[in-house]
Amino acid sequence: MLPPERDPIAPAAPEAVTIIVDGIPVSGVAGQSVAGVMLAAGRLAWRTTAAARRPRGVFCGIGVCFDCLVEVNGARDVRACQRIARDGDVVAFQDETLPGGAA
Amino acid sequence: MTRVAVVGAGPAGLAAASAALRAGAEVTLLDAAAATGGQYWRHLPPSRPAAREARLHQGWRDFTMLSRAVARHPRATVIAGAQVWAVEPCAFGDRAPTLQYAVGDADGSDRDVRTLSPDALVLATGAHDLTLPFPGWDLPGVFTGGAAQALAKSERVAVGERVVVAGAGPFLLPVAASLLSAGAEVAGVFEASPAGTLAAGWASGAASVAAMPHKLGELAGYVVGQLRGRVPYRAGAGVIAAHGIDRVEAVTVAALDADWRPIPGTERVIACDAVAVSHGFTPRLELAIAAGCALADDFDKLNPAGLDGLDPAHFDGLNPAGLDRLNPAEPAAPRPWSRFVAVDDDQRTSVPRVFAAGEVTGIAGADAALREGGLAGWLAAGGDPGDRRVAAARRRIARYRGFARALDAAHGIRPGWTDWLTRETTVCRCEELSYGRLTDVLEATGSRSIRALKLATRAGLGPCQGRICGRTVESIAAARNGAPLDGVVIDRRPIAAPIRFSELARLPHPEERHEP
Repeated sequence: MLPPERDPIAPAAPEAVTIIVDGIPVSGVAGQSVAGVMLAAGRLAWRTTAAARRPRGVFCGIGVCFDCLVEVNGARDVRACQRIARDGDVVAFQDETLPGGAA
Repeated sequence: MTRVAVVGAGPAGLAAASAALRAGAEVTLLDAAAATGGQYWRHLPPSRPAAREARLHQGWRDFTMLSRAVARHPRATVIAGAQVWAVEPCAFGDRAPTLQYAVGDADGSDRDVRTLSPDALVLATGAHDLTLPFPGWDLPGVFTGGAAQALAKSERVAVGERVVVAGAGPFLLPVAASLLSAGAEVAGVFEASPAGTLAAGWASGAASVAAMPHKLGELAGYVVGQLRGRVPYRAGAGVIAAHGIDRVEAVTVAALDADWRPIPGTERVIACDAVAVSHGFTPRLELAIAAGCALADDFDKLNPAGLDGLDPAHFDGLNPAGLDRLNPAEPAAPRPWSRFVAVDDDQRTSVPRVFAAGEVTGIAGADAALREGGLAGWLAAGGDPGDRRVAAARRRIARYRGFARALDAAHGIRPGWTDWLTRETTVCRCEELSYGRLTDVLEATGSRSIRALKLATRAGLGPCQGRICGRTVESIAAARNGAPLDGVVIDRRPIAAPIRFSELARLPHPEERHEP
């Protein structure tokens, strides 16, 4: 993420928010989505697909593709790009591997 | 007092709400996002004020004026974070359809489930990116143009440090500008349509474009002001593959012919850590289809002539979407890329008391959406159809239809794009369906039924419900086996958004719903 002092839109000093991602505290800016916090921290992928076990993260960014699904505070299938991060949110990754291996 | 519900708070929805208030209605404006503005005016949250945020937007003053006027109006209720998940048509036709919606954290488990039965409904649900598949498009680091823009404008996150922008349409320019503003390097903008197609397409709509000073100024602003000298732009080229193990490390760009076929020998590899690709837009039709609105797949049918309100004959011969019935006649070649809600010159749909405005009725940009929304909101509220502003709005909207046609002529998807696919390329991202498997099934079955194809391949049955792959699959199926015969429209999604069982269990009892 662009440091605020270099941002041409002259933002006010940001307020921090910290979420727990896969057990590790990650800080972002208040008002960011869970996906935005993770992307800004350098994480590009977090879901593992069912059949080919491939990594996925944000694709559409506007709540349409459902590629960025995560578990938030114990509830599965939350679109990370749509959920606003709250201080202390616990984010876990979804591995959708089917029983018996690849489909 | 007329109670008007507006779904979608982008340019069309905000204009509709504002006009309906002016006409004296009580207005409820619903949007699934945390704030109004839609994707066009997607912006920083109130917790992140910025002195010069207007730099990131076009028409920012229109947005601030409209959104404030609506939010402060005593007859308006603006509900952000409101996900409409079902629309139930009114059985007796004396009311608008009933909306089922959930309010709270996105995909939360304890949202407030509510019902709304308005007198009139304006659907302004907008559109999302249409990104065609290419080898490697399922790698992390491949984004739609909309994702790159949304993250830059509302979070100040650049999706990569060195980003390639590709696809088709004028939208690629604001995507590149947003990336630059968020601190990324843009390695190039690649427009699929060659210069000749662009020139001919835009010339066909020159009069319409000239009538849209905002749009002209917007595009000129990007090219001259923000991108020139900083970003290479090339027409007649596209990203035909993305490379990497677990993330994008490079893309292959090739020259494309007028049909968007890659020209052998022109490939070159560009190193990048992200790519933003959009080939157009897909309207969000599911609520309109659930309401029973007819669709149209031809620009000339979208706004049937006739100023005397709804004449059901206008809608004869239009695609009977949502009816899932076998059409006995050989259907015309389908145009899955240009299927929208059919409206007349008053933005009325085929369903009484239901209006539609903005990108769900055709991709014509924010200027058109503002006018269409204003007209729809005014008439939905029972405003005087003889008002001079109504006639003026109709004239402007007619010109914008010319712009939509020119946009399609210049940038519309051409059939040669499938040449850049390989058998291994993922087509349906959710169900991990490959192009080879899809074409094998099409060949083996000869199927011309979208329903059968979905069940045989699982295309469109995953979490996104065919929002990303649907029109691609339809197009591939039609090209191989002929136009589908079963009348199934892939945009039909009776459950328009996921809802949890715990929330369903809290739905109001049907008898409690029909409040006066």
